[in-house]
Amino acid sequence: MAAPGAFVDESPAAPPARRGRRPANRLSGAALGTIVLLALLGALAPWVAPYDPDATDPSAPLVSVSWAHPLGTDIYGRDQLSRLLHAARVDLLVALAATVMALTAGTGLGAVAGFRGGAVDQVVMRAVDAVMAFPAFVLAMGITAALGNSPAHVVLAIAVTHVPVYTRLVRGEMLRIREMEYAEAARTVGNRAHRIVFYHLLPNCVPPLVVQATLAMGFAILTVAALSFIGLGIQPPQAEWGAMTAEGAEYIVSGEWWLFLFPGLAIMVTVLSFNLLGDALRDLLDPRLRGVR
Amino acid sequence: MGFGRYLIRRLLLVVPTLVGVTLITFALTYLLPGNPALVKAGPLATPEYVADMERRMGLDRPVYVQYWRYVRGLARGDLGQSASTGRPVLDDFRQRIPATLELTLASLLVATAAGIPLGVLSALHRDGPLDHLARVLGVVGVAMPTFWTGLLALYVFFYVLGVAPAPLGRLSPGVSAPPHLTGLYVVDAALTGRWPALASALHHLMLPALTLGLAVMAPLARMVRATMLEILASDFIKAAWAAGLPPARVIYHDALRNALIPVITLLGVIFGFLMAGNVVVERVFAWPGIGNYAVTSLMTKDPAPIQGFVLFVAVVSVLVNLAVDVLYGLADPRIRLR
Repeated sequence: MAAPGAFVDESPAAPPARRGRRPANRLSGAALGTIVLLALLGALAPWVAPYDPDATDPSAPLVSVSWAHPLGTDIYGRDQLSRLLHAARVDLLVALAATVMALTAGTGLGAVAGFRGGAVDQVVMRAVDAVMAFPAFVLAMGITAALGNSPAHVVLAIAVTHVPVYTRLVRGEMLRIREMEYAEAARTVGNRAHRIVFYHLLPNCVPPLVVQATLAMGFAILTVAALSFIGLGIQPPQAEWGAMTAEGAEYIVSGEWWLFLFPGLAIMVTVLSFNLLGDALRDLLDPRLRGVR
Repeated sequence: MGFGRYLIRRLLLVVPTLVGVTLITFALTYLLPGNPALVKAGPLATPEYVADMERRMGLDRPVYVQYWRYVRGLARGDLGQSASTGRPVLDDFRQRIPATLELTLASLLVATAAGIPLGVLSALHRDGPLDHLARVLGVVGVAMPTFWTGLLALYVFFYVLGVAPAPLGRLSPGVSAPPHLTGLYVVDAALTGRWPALASALHHLMLPALTLGLAVMAPLARMVRATMLEILASDFIKAAWAAGLPPARVIYHDALRNALIPVITLLGVIFGFLMAGNVVVERVFAWPGIGNYAVTSLMTKDPAPIQGFVLFVAVVSVLVNLAVDVLYGLADPRIRLR
């Protein structure tokens, strides 16, 4: 199915990965470091950015990379480094909100469907199938187009397209573990259903969910940026990486390369970091998925 | 289970999915964006006129009646009316689908021509230099926003090197389109011998197809590598080696053929990637396809094309996945038992 499920379809049967400290470990450390750094820079953007991101400077339009403006300025003389830093905050926050929302809703639906089974399960899974029938980005486009441009709507659109992955994951785990002896034992001693689900079953789903959510962050950032690039997400003058790339695209024909290059680079580095971290977490937390790299 | 029964069961499964898909697009089209009658009637309409419009559009009817009318309309090919072109969305689509199809097929060609050999070679030389290079390419390729790859290509090949044409559609100005046979300019021009049109069409197709192809190549190579490794480690390949069969036969005849079967299943995922990529790539290169049309219409507050696009892509996606499952059932009889 074409959906965000694309990033969980790792080959199941694979030769065991070699253990021990390898360059991969240093790489995932660097990825984690990059994410922390980006989050800090984004959070502290108003204090660390050299200029006001929206302040125009008619005396310095389209300045190339220089000491005064390390990443150059745009046609209005706005400092691109400052805009990039403020954009980090927007992109990361939107992606994080979407991921948390999808994780919560998806886990809840999956737990109910898997634990209850029967008609509830059927309804939830048919709905999940319907959502997954859409290519994720195209559905996100449709939802933002219908609701209108705003960060909240982008969050909602991305969350909806990500829910199925978590639902399927949690439901599968529930079906697997609810018949296990310890779950049986928890039932026998008279625990209520919700207690069994929350205290005994759901904790088993945490490791794969963490892996999935980390990988989903990368996809969410790509989606926010792409939506904004085509004019459906975060709107200018708000600084956002995809929207900045779109603004910069107009200057390619006149050679102002710094305008499109740096926001795209920021997206790539961020997504790359989340993907590397997600892969590393999978190796660490989820031995069953450990595998081909 | 015979193939016939498998086919029937799989066909029946399409029904609930299509119902779900149309329910979602119905919700997006009719329930969310405020009052469509108000939009259609315009800002100066009197309340009576709006109420009349609501009645004529059937908006005063129960939701399930409206849904039924919506589905019946879809069955007749009614995707709504574009306010900016003033034509039915389906007609606008028909005109633009060949452009999208040409770009999609060309990208698929690039992706498979590069991705399958890369996946096979990196599996054969596991942990060798090529495998590492492929891994880096894969990891970086997945992280690169497609629109940015397109812009980079444009900057390098159009602005700096001057070998690519300006990103303004499918043909250079002054070159007339080849006679319409398939709508794919490259095919039509080649069939009718319009060499200038063929050269121009290929020239314009080059960068968008490379951009989109590269985006799809990374996951494809990764999948081919994984299945190839799995097959190479399986008993029947070990037996083939032990029997002393020539390496080329074992690798290309026995292993590769079996490794490519699971790759069929990836086509559904690849289709999703291609459709998402299409929208942004068409946008970057001003490619006159349906994705660009849908997004451009939205800029002029015209929602019908984008809703039509979402539905169209979803339905095609359901059909692609159906075809994938049927092909897979044909290629691998074990799957029919699931």
